[in-house]
Amino acid sequence: MGIQFGIILVVFAITMFVALYSTFAERKVAAYMQDRPGPNRAGYGGILQPLADGLKMFTKEDFIPDTKNKFLFILGPGLFIVTALMTSAVIPWGQTMHFFDRAVVLQATDIDVALLFIFGMVSFGVYGIMIGGWASDNKFSLLGAVRASSQMISYEVAMGLSIIAVIMLTGTLSLRNIAEQQHGFMDWSWTVFGHKFAYPSWIVFKQPLAFIIFLICAFAETNRTPFDLPECEAELVGGYHTEYSSMKLGFYLFAEYINMFISSTVIAVIFFGGYNYPGMDWVNHTFTSAMGNIGANLAVLVGVGVLFAKIVFFIFFYMWVRWTVPRFRYDQLMNLGWKILIPLSILNIVLTGGAILLTK
Amino acid sequence: MATDIQKVSLSGRKRDVSNKDMSFMERLYLPAIAKGMGITLRHFFKPKVTIQYPAQKREFSPVFRGRHILMRDEKGAERCTACGLCALACPAEAITMTAAERVKGEENLYREEKYASVYEINMLRCIFCGLCEEACPKEAIFLTEDMVSSDYRRDGFIYGKDKLVMPLEDKAH
Repeated sequence: MGIQFGIILVVFAITMFVALYSTFAERKVAAYMQDRPGPNRAGYGGILQPLADGLKMFTKEDFIPDTKNKFLFILGPGLFIVTALMTSAVIPWGQTMHFFDRAVVLQATDIDVALLFIFGMVSFGVYGIMIGGWASDNKFSLLGAVRASSQMISYEVAMGLSIIAVIMLTGTLSLRNIAEQQHGFMDWSWTVFGHKFAYPSWIVFKQPLAFIIFLICAFAETNRTPFDLPECEAELVGGYHTEYSSMKLGFYLFAEYINMFISSTVIAVIFFGGYNYPGMDWVNHTFTSAMGNIGANLAVLVGVGVLFAKIVFFIFFYMWVRWTVPRFRYDQLMNLGWKILIPLSILNIVLTGGAILLTK
Repeated sequence: MATDIQKVSLSGRKRDVSNKDMSFMERLYLPAIAKGMGITLRHFFKPKVTIQYPAQKREFSPVFRGRHILMRDEKGAERCTACGLCALACPAEAITMTAAERVKGEENLYREEKYASVYEINMLRCIFCGLCEEACPKEAIFLTEDMVSSDYRRDGFIYGKDKLVMPLEDKAH
């Protein structure tokens, strides 16, 4: 129990740190893609900028509008950030480490319905937006909240359907199990029609269509451009957080970056092999034979590092897309969700089912 | 003939617009998005064009026209004789002056018998065209490389002799 508690604390701290520096990275990436140097005054190369931003958020006037639902107004951002943080509980960060005679699994909790849990938490996140937007007593906030909830509900369908193809392939809902099935990089015993041949074991190579659908839906779920209609500045002032100020606004913005981090992690774990990397068995073998138990633990840590490299890439990818693709119109968004992504993901399920049936 | 006129492109950049349906690859959008992301990634690694102002300053062009200066001659006497040609030449009517006669004992202050006791340029009116500089027969007024600094009040932009006359220390360029 104590170790699980420790892992939760560490994961919490890492999530906070990554989200903190995502805000900085976002500004830097935006600047670099627009041929600007970006924030570079606070600390070396602007490295202390997130702290300055946080300090600013804390010291701003905390304005509460004259609304009938003060409690809900305060509850909104809290709920949003709590749901964003809870998702990280089921992520497998690495393999098992061994300290003396204790085995430490690098995961807060390994439940066998981890994928369902993530989907539940992500859809719970819409309550934070909805409650905040409703309690603001402001038409822009309400419109933003309505947009957010309808968008999230629409894209969750396609997201869930695209994941079903993956579940059919792996036969499990546990993220640890899915990660283990993508061990290494090459799957030497991939059997098709009784013949064994090598094929990449990462699910993205087996389910490319599911990956693309999942990626697009993840953008919509995290309210990132090109699907950031809930906070569409040009039409809705600030969207659902128009009336928020100070750290309540900070919570909304921060939770968005946490969501980005978590969805990057989920994409990395489900589709890109999580902590697995090419040649991990060789690394594990060399480290273990050189340093014994410590070497084995080091090899596990290398895997954690690889997972974080993948996560950082996907966070960068989120920002890269944000500063490339313009925002969708709302009817285009709904068309894409209902008329294209959902039929495509159903088609993907049928194809996957057929392929499984043929190769059995 | 009307169609021929429509085909004329003076800039040479006119494109025919068509409403033909997009092909399947175009309707996928993903190739186009990938192309756009290639462009943004290229910009990511490009050198940054920002000049970080207080630390770095952009070099002015040699013909830059900034705020004015009223020159002194090599002995430190003001060159301006208040002839008013600069005020006449000024298209923005930014220059006003009052002439005065030099009295005995002021020969080291003013070069000629007549001088400007008041000489004001309204920097909010001035368009920095440099015509005053061209009109001056005495080489008394020049536009320098300095900027007009900002101010909180409008009357702060009316520069009198206290701001315009060249400081005594660096007389005669």
